[in-house]
Amino acid sequence: MQSTRRFAPPLIGLGTFVLFLTAVEILIRVGLINRYIVPLPSEVAASFGRVIVEEDILHRFLLTAWECLAAGILLTVFGVAIGVLLHRVQLIRLACETWVAAAASAPLVLAYPLFLVIFGRSAMTIIVMAFIAGLAPVILKTIEGLSSTRRVLINVGRSFKLTPRQQFWKIYLPSALPAIFVGIRLGLIFALINVVGIEFLINFGGLGQLINELAERYDLPGTYAAICFVILVSVVFFVTTERAERWLRSVD
Amino acid sequence: MAEIGRLTGARAANPWVTPVTLIRVVIVLAVLVIWQIMAVSGWFYRDVVPPLQTILVALIKLLSSTDFYWNLWVTIDEIGAGLLIGGIAGLVVGLVLGANRFLAKAFEPYIYYLGPTPKIVFFPVMIMWFGVGGGSKIAMGAVSCFFPIVLNVVAGMRQIDQVLIRVGKSFRANPWQMATKIYLPAMRHPVINGLRLGLGVALIGTLLAETKISNRGVGFLVIQAYSVFDMPRMYAILIALFVLAIGANALVAHFGGLEEIKRK
Repeated sequence: MQSTRRFAPPLIGLGTFVLFLTAVEILIRVGLINRYIVPLPSEVAASFGRVIVEEDILHRFLLTAWECLAAGILLTVFGVAIGVLLHRVQLIRLACETWVAAAASAPLVLAYPLFLVIFGRSAMTIIVMAFIAGLAPVILKTIEGLSSTRRVLINVGRSFKLTPRQQFWKIYLPSALPAIFVGIRLGLIFALINVVGIEFLINFGGLGQLINELAERYDLPGTYAAICFVILVSVVFFVTTERAERWLRSVD
Repeated sequence: MAEIGRLTGARAANPWVTPVTLIRVVIVLAVLVIWQIMAVSGWFYRDVVPPLQTILVALIKLLSSTDFYWNLWVTIDEIGAGLLIGGIAGLVVGLVLGANRFLAKAFEPYIYYLGPTPKIVFFPVMIMWFGVGGGSKIAMGAVSCFFPIVLNVVAGMRQIDQVLIRVGKSFRANPWQMATKIYLPAMRHPVINGLRLGLGVALIGTLLAETKISNRGVGFLVIQAYSVFDMPRMYAILIALFVLAIGANALVAHFGGLEEIKRK
C-alpha cells in the first residue's frame, strides 16, 4: 500500500507524458496538426539513432563538454580568487559586492558579438562568454561561504595562534567549501546554458550547432531529437552536480 | 568588525564622501584610464577598443535617435507579452502544484529539471510554430520565464502559514477566493522574486532570439552593429541595455519589497 502511494505520483507523471505524446501522434496522423511543423513523435524517436551515428554526436558532446570544462576551470580559479579577495579586503567588498550582484542580473550574454570580433568564430569566444556569464554566482557564494564561517571555529584557530594563512587554509576554506561548491555548480549551469546557446547562435562547436544545422536543413525529426538530447544532457549534468552538492553538505 | 564600524561611522558623518564611495570612484576611474590607455596605445585594434570619447559620442547619438527608442519599444513589447503569458501560465501551474501534493510529486520534477536547461535550443521550434516575426520572440520570453515563476510560486505556497489557510477554509472560501484572498497576498515576496528572475531570463531569451533572426528590436541592433563592424555603436547599445536591465531588475525588487526582506 505504501509502495503504491510512493510510486503513484511518478507513474501518473510519466503516464501523462506518454499520453500527451500519443495524443500528438494521433492528432498529426489524422491531420489536425501539420506534420511539417510538428513531426510525429515516433519519427523523432526513430531519428535518435540516425542523429547519433550520422551527426557524430559523441564528438560534438565532447566538444561541448570540453568548452564547459574550460569555462568551469576559469570560473573556479578566478571566481573563488575574486571572492576570497573581496572577503579579505572589507572595503573593496563593500564597494564591489553590489556591482557583482547587479552584473548577475544584466544580460551579459548579449555581448557575444563583441567577443566574436575579438576572438573570431572560435571555441575561445564560447568559453570566454560562458566564463563571464557564470562568474557572478561563484564570487557571491564564495563571499557568502567565507562570511558565514562559525565564530567558534575562528576562535579555535585564534586560540591555537594560527597565522592568517593557516587560519584561511585550515578554518575559513574548509568551512566555506559547501557554499563555494554551490557557487561553482550555479556557475557551471550558467556556463552550460551559455555554451550551448552561443554554439547555436554562432553556428559553431558541438551540440548547439547540431540543432542549428538540423533546423537549417529542415530535418524536423532530427531537430527535435537533437533538442531532446541537449535537454537530456543538461538534466543529467544538473542531477549529477546536485547529488555531488548533497554529498558535500552531508560530509560537512 | 572595527573596520566596518569605522566605515559606518564615516558614512554617518558625511554620506557622500565615505571610504566606500572613494574606492568606487577610484575603481571606475582606474578602469576608464586603463581602457583609454589600451585604446590609444595601439596594442589592440582601434575598432575593438575604441577611445572613450568615441564611445561617448556613439552613446549620445544612440540615445538621441528615434530609431533606438522604436527598437527598444519593440523589445519591451515582446518581453512584456512573453512575461505576461509565461507569468500567468507559471502562476496558475505554480498554484495548482503548490496546493496539491500529489500533482506536485507527479509533475514538479519535470519542471524542476527542465528549469536550468538552455531554452534558446527551443528557438528553431518556436520559429516553426510562430514564424520569424515577433511571435517566436514572445514565445521564447514566455518559455524562459515560465520555469522560475512556477518554482518560486510552488516554494512560496509551501511557506504559507497554515493558520491562514485554515482561516480561509473555515470561511468556506472557494478555490478562486482561496487563491486571491489567501495564497497570493501571503506569498507576495516569492511571486515577486519569481517575476524578477523570470524578467531576467525572459530578457535574455527574447534578446538572443532577436540576434538570431529578426529585423527589429535591440538584439537586432546589436547584431546589425556587429555585421557593419560599428564597434562604438555596439558598445553604446550594450551599455544602454545593461543599465536598463539592471534598473528594471532593481525596480521590480524595490516595488516588490524584496529590499526590505534583505535588510531584515
